[in-house]
Amino acid sequence: MVKAEKEIANRPDNTAFTQQRLPAWQPMLSAGIVIPGFVLIGLAFIGIGVALFVTSRSIEVLEIDYTGEDKNSPCFKCSDQDVKNCVCNLEFSLDSLFEGPVFFYYGLSNYFQNYRKYAASRDDDQLSGDLDAFTSPSDSCSPFDLNGNDKPIVPCGAIANSMFNDTFVLYRVVNGVKKLVPLDGKGIAWWTDYNVKYRNPTVTPLKNAFNGTVKPISWPKPAYQLDTSDPANNGFINQDFLVWMRRAALPDFRKLYRRITEGEYEKGLPAGNYSLKIAYNYPVLSFHGTKKVVFSNVSWMGGKNEFLGIAYLVVGSLCVLMSIVMLIVYAKFKFPEDD
Amino acid sequence: MTWRSPLALVREALRGQRAREKDLRNLGSNLPYEGLEKVKQPNRFFPGNAIKTTKYTLLLFIPMNLFEQFHRLANIYFVGLAILNFVPVVNAFQPEVALIPICVIITLTALKDAWEDFRRYQSDRKLNNTLCFIYSRKEKKFSERRWKEVRVGDFVKVVSNEIVPADLLLLHTSDPNGVCHIETSNLDGETNLKPRRAVSDICISDPEFEPESFNSVVVCERPNNNLNHFKCYVEKPDKEKVGAGIESLLLRGCTVKNTDHAVGFVVYAGHETKSMLNNNGPRYKRSKLERKLNIDVIFCVILLLSMCFMGSVGHFLWLEEFPGVPPYLVPDSNGHLESHGLSGFYMFFTMIILLQILIPISLYVSIELVKIGQIFFITHDADLYDEETDSRVQCKALNITEDLGQIEYIFSDKTGTLTENKMVFRRCSIMGTEYPHKENAIRLAVLEGPESESGEEVIFNQRPQPPQTGWSLHAEDTSLEDMQHHYDNRHKSMVTGSAPSDVAFSSPLETEVIPDRKLLQHISRLESSGSRKTDPYLDFFLGLAICNTVVVSMATAERQRASGFSRTGRTNNPLDTLSNLVKKPFSLHHIFTSWKNKPKRSGTMSEDSVVPEEDYFNAPVKIDGSGNTDGLQTCSLQAPSHSNDPAMTPDNVTYEAESPDEAALVYAAKAYGFTLLARSPKSVTVRLPSGEDLVFEVLDTLTFDFNRKRMSVLVRHPITKECVLYTKGADYAIMELLSTPYAEHLRGKQKNIAADTQHHLDCYAKEGLRTLCFTKKVVSEKVYESWIDCRQRALAAIDNREELVMETAVQLETELTLLGATGIEDRLQESVPDTVVALREAGIQVWVLTGDKPETAVNIGYACRLLEEEDLVINMSCKSKLECTSILDCTLEEVRRYSEDPRNVDTSQDIALVIDGRTLTMALSADLQDRFVDLAKHCRTVLCCRVTPLQKSRVVKVVREKLKVMTLAVGDGANDVNMIQAADIGVGISGQEGMQAVMASDFAISRFKHLKKLLLVHGHWCYTRLANMIIYFFYKNVAYVNLLFWYQFFCGFSAATMIDYWLMIFFNLLFTSVPPIMFGIMEQDLSAEMLLGVPELYRTGQGAGEYTFTTFWVSILDAFYQSLVCFFIPYLAYQDSDIDVFTFGTPINTIALFTILLHLSIEIKAWTVVHWVIMLGSVALYFIVTLAYSAMCVTCNPPSNPYLILQSQMADPMFYLLCIITTVVALLPRYMFHVLRNSIAPSPLVQARRLDRLDTSTRDEWMKEWRSFRGLGQVRRSRLSTPHSTTLETPADIYPQSPTASDIMADDLTLNVITENYQRSVHM
Repeated sequence: MVKAEKEIANRPDNTAFTQQRLPAWQPMLSAGIVIPGFVLIGLAFIGIGVALFVTSRSIEVLEIDYTGEDKNSPCFKCSDQDVKNCVCNLEFSLDSLFEGPVFFYYGLSNYFQNYRKYAASRDDDQLSGDLDAFTSPSDSCSPFDLNGNDKPIVPCGAIANSMFNDTFVLYRVVNGVKKLVPLDGKGIAWWTDYNVKYRNPTVTPLKNAFNGTVKPISWPKPAYQLDTSDPANNGFINQDFLVWMRRAALPDFRKLYRRITEGEYEKGLPAGNYSLKIAYNYPVLSFHGTKKVVFSNVSWMGGKNEFLGIAYLVVGSLCVLMSIVMLIVYAKFKFPEDD
Repeated sequence: MTWRSPLALVREALRGQRAREKDLRNLGSNLPYEGLEKVKQPNRFFPGNAIKTTKYTLLLFIPMNLFEQFHRLANIYFVGLAILNFVPVVNAFQPEVALIPICVIITLTALKDAWEDFRRYQSDRKLNNTLCFIYSRKEKKFSERRWKEVRVGDFVKVVSNEIVPADLLLLHTSDPNGVCHIETSNLDGETNLKPRRAVSDICISDPEFEPESFNSVVVCERPNNNLNHFKCYVEKPDKEKVGAGIESLLLRGCTVKNTDHAVGFVVYAGHETKSMLNNNGPRYKRSKLERKLNIDVIFCVILLLSMCFMGSVGHFLWLEEFPGVPPYLVPDSNGHLESHGLSGFYMFFTMIILLQILIPISLYVSIELVKIGQIFFITHDADLYDEETDSRVQCKALNITEDLGQIEYIFSDKTGTLTENKMVFRRCSIMGTEYPHKENAIRLAVLEGPESESGEEVIFNQRPQPPQTGWSLHAEDTSLEDMQHHYDNRHKSMVTGSAPSDVAFSSPLETEVIPDRKLLQHISRLESSGSRKTDPYLDFFLGLAICNTVVVSMATAERQRASGFSRTGRTNNPLDTLSNLVKKPFSLHHIFTSWKNKPKRSGTMSEDSVVPEEDYFNAPVKIDGSGNTDGLQTCSLQAPSHSNDPAMTPDNVTYEAESPDEAALVYAAKAYGFTLLARSPKSVTVRLPSGEDLVFEVLDTLTFDFNRKRMSVLVRHPITKECVLYTKGADYAIMELLSTPYAEHLRGKQKNIAADTQHHLDCYAKEGLRTLCFTKKVVSEKVYESWIDCRQRALAAIDNREELVMETAVQLETELTLLGATGIEDRLQESVPDTVVALREAGIQVWVLTGDKPETAVNIGYACRLLEEEDLVINMSCKSKLECTSILDCTLEEVRRYSEDPRNVDTSQDIALVIDGRTLTMALSADLQDRFVDLAKHCRTVLCCRVTPLQKSRVVKVVREKLKVMTLAVGDGANDVNMIQAADIGVGISGQEGMQAVMASDFAISRFKHLKKLLLVHGHWCYTRLANMIIYFFYKNVAYVNLLFWYQFFCGFSAATMIDYWLMIFFNLLFTSVPPIMFGIMEQDLSAEMLLGVPELYRTGQGAGEYTFTTFWVSILDAFYQSLVCFFIPYLAYQDSDIDVFTFGTPINTIALFTILLHLSIEIKAWTVVHWVIMLGSVALYFIVTLAYSAMCVTCNPPSNPYLILQSQMADPMFYLLCIITTVVALLPRYMFHVLRNSIAPSPLVQARRLDRLDTSTRDEWMKEWRSFRGLGQVRRSRLSTPHSTTLETPADIYPQSPTASDIMADDLTLNVITENYQRSVHM
């Protein structure tokens, strides 16, 4: 009995899997088969491309450089770093209604927020309101963790320290009178940043939490004074701070400053003359950088970018072209199995 | 325990060291010292029998395992990188995080090691605690102890069917002749019983064996791992030395069979035993593909270093650009910025950390996994399963599966490999007269057809085993019916001796011989005339019956073998099997007793049937022994004792021989009435046709060896009392030793017997029969006396024992008298010609290396279609080196001239070379080697005849090294071991000749025909799979790493990443790891039917194969292109926007995943369910893991904080649009390339794939058509287009081995070097 079992025991299982005979789909790449596929893909791509291109075209963008390198620039005087608290006015006019909602960005170029050591130079515990991290910031902030007197810096690190501090006030010039355009600074940061990641310490008043700490070296005022008017926009949950702390992926970037959504500007910026008052604080010439302000409206595909539309069009056409090539190939080389 | 000074301990340790390392060991009995403390024990220096095969101990596991693991270069690389990450100035990631990959790998490996070690520990413990019997002086008997308590110098008793616990010098057995049978299947897989002989007269053994009387010293050599040699002598108190060799050694791990009990003296214990010394792990061979792969890894290293260098220089230049200090440059803790040069320098190392996965370390792990999978499929192939032996193909070398797909040369043994090695007696020539045995030939012809079925029948009869009385009867009846179709009732009781799967040479085909009528008449005439004492005819048959080492076993003593068992679970580790056996120590005792000795006899089959079995077994031996004790015995004395014993009839004896020839000869002798009844070391009993039994005293046996090529048995004739030497051997080993013919009897006939016999031998050889010559020599007493002295001295010698023993044999084997010759047929194995033809169509050159005569070899060559009718056969056989040189030169020139002739390119003429051993030696000498190899290159096949095992391996080595080709050697016997080890792949055939070849091989198969599927299908698959997987792996790593590299151009070469580090780890570890492994295991570019139907497809893997320099670099370039696309399309799409770092990286990571997986989809040729599940599963896993990770990780893993990033991206339609277009653009070129190549210039594989898609009937029809097309000899090369369109010729250059060289016009070719003209090589 034992023997009988033994003798069969060695026989391999005769299953489709072990015998490698599982039913299989064997796609065959050859001209004849791919032609219809290519035509379909090509047409679909062209369709998407057209849609993207049209959408992108409908987006209006106004970019104004205010670095002030150029002598004629109104901000030329401010580009000298020795000048403190410099203010310059940027005049511009719109020929037609700039459809809303209008997003107001500031833009920097040649600014490497993605530089590795810069990126690491922050303390997430501190920023989530952990008071222990206030007194002893993480090493990752070094050398922006302690000031010369070994007092902890809050918020520590290079990112916070280098926060963009130009401010803008937009006026609409109507008959020579400057009329303030209301700028909406709410909801410009990521929802998760504002609600989850960044937290102020649960100390009231907020100022007390910062006892024994100093403000970042480059900051004019401490964190608890970023927006004294609105406690929900102060300290670490200040929206401008949050926007800055979310590092840009590429060295030429723009960051959202304000939205123009209120009152008479709900429909957009009407045609006319505008004046932008800039508190010019942020130095960029040390790294061949430029600063600009950007007004843009957005669509479902985000900001203006014609590349994707063009890419779809090109690839779509390429596919169609390819299918024609295939057709020629197909005509020239008859395939045996298609006979 | 008494205290001892440390000095004494050191001295003791040194003494122990010396004692262990001495060349000779003096061992005495432990008994006088029993109970004394250890210091007083004489054998205390030698290790005990407890074994420990574990590598680690519980306490030291972690450090030892780490130490072990850091021997691997890959791990060192990982650790180096991790350490680099801890250097603050160069770190790229969180140092702790960077430790994860190495920790994961090391932990997994450690767990695997721990588990394996634990299993070893368990099996060790089980073995160590197995019980055995050790003699105790106190108790005056053998008492039960554990294996681990056995020490050198103990006396151990092993009873039947138990495993020997240590290497024992056999001193006493229950058998009166001092014989003990063992089965060594645990050690070498051989299942035939081997007799071992007790060293005689060492102890008092009458009536009981008295170990205490042992007062000699056993002097033995240092332990070594040679299972077949052991040198030892026992020095008695009176200084008399008794030699003993391997024939007296019971090896640890063997099973004692057929012997009630045996007592041995422990010479080696524990780790010093031969089985433990042989217990090496599986062999490690490096495959060709892996060697190439390592070169490409070096390329990767160069690529990595140059990319890092670029990063370093880029960083330096980037820093140089700044007019001031930008706010985003972070100074060091002192507030100073490093110098730009230093930063650049540091950046080099940081880049190495960042781009580390460019070196595909995970590739090595993946390859190992893939090979495990491939081996799983190979071993589970039902086509490679052999019913008869119930064995699958075994893969012993785990890492050279892909080499099977690249073989260019096969070196094959003949006997047992191409042929069955089931010998059938066909003809004989006695005293110059030929007896053709026509009746027997007719019987064989009849048997040929139904033989297989009847064989089956017999096997099946044994399977249903209801332990009732009826079944044995049934078996008898069935087989009886079966037999009656073919034989007369004479063969009634000649059903197979035992299970065909266990014991060889037992089918009726081999055991039955119908005597030649003429010869039979002659014999009976002689019998009646009474001149039977010195008649050459009688001598001839006596020689047949006596001159061998066949063991006689009675059908009644049926024994259950462990063979089926050990074959099932065979591993490389003999211990595993051993421990398996221990697990079920007595399950093997299901004895099948006497199920066919008498029709009326009922087969008792129960657990307690051990007793009757032993009874039956012992019966004949006892009789033998009793006959032997008082020296010589006349037949009349023995006859009555036989009559009492039902077992002692000639018809139910079965023979077990080490070589099938011997069995065939013994059966042949039996057919003429000369029945070998019993064999013990000291006597042979032969029953004559007249019915009397002659008991010959065996004086000595000069065993067979490959140098002498003959064996002899020296017996004392019971009637004449003469010393007679019967010698048999190869004709050339005998013919030169002949003296006068049997002159005194044949004076009348002035025949030159030697010449006539030689002529007959040549005829036999031409028929493909194996030939043996038989001689006799009467040795005078004086000569014998002096010779036996020499012999004794030689046997007792420790140094050069083998040579001395052989010398004595040569001394005696002179002046022989020729009796006759036999021709034995060795039939070709099933579908050997098919296989050979297929292998040749696959572009493989098949060489046959055999010890046979050229004539036999050529004949077999034709039979298995190695040689074709129209082939040109060059026979090289020369006496001197000068001749050899000139012949080589001439042949080479002729061959070259004709192969260069443009007219000959398309002809089908092939050249075959037949070369004999002596010429081969000359041709392989250093100065002629090149010419020989050059000539062999031009030949389609080469037959090397009369070669020694050493020459076989020489040939393989020379061809392998000179031609730089992949070689495979296949063989079944011990003489093939050298060759199997020399070749790139050694294949062993588990045939009739034991398991040495299998033990030495990388793959073990049971039939030659399995080679076809193993190479053509599995070889091709394994190679394509692995090659493509490796290429894909390189591509995958380069493509992914380059994404990071391109980003460096936008982050100031600061080694920043836009992808979260965890996700990067997951990407390689989880999301993209399984698909390539699945690809490597399950990919099927072509179906097995197609590959078998069109063997030419195999050529795609030969030579460089698919994995070449070009394919590697093409895939690297493609990786660069794809990574460029995957990076720059998102880059351009997000340019000038407010995108943040990780939001930018998320689509890139997703795109990379899609691109990498779809790239694989393009490469996958057949999609099964598994493919779909794994591919879709990988994508699903990516999204699930990334979503979960980014939902949970609020501030973890700074600075990335991927919190809800993928979620926000997935809410954005741009994300999808981006993914679609990027993936399409990235894969379009490759897709187009495939499409266009498949359409415009399809490779043979593509064409075959196209055919494969057709339905089966169309495909088969096409294949048939194509085959007949080729059969006409018009198409030499594969034409893989369909027969309808002749325009699509396969380009010749895709085959690395263009056969043009060997295509030679036949018409006017005359080779003057052809020294011998075979009838069948017609074209001259």
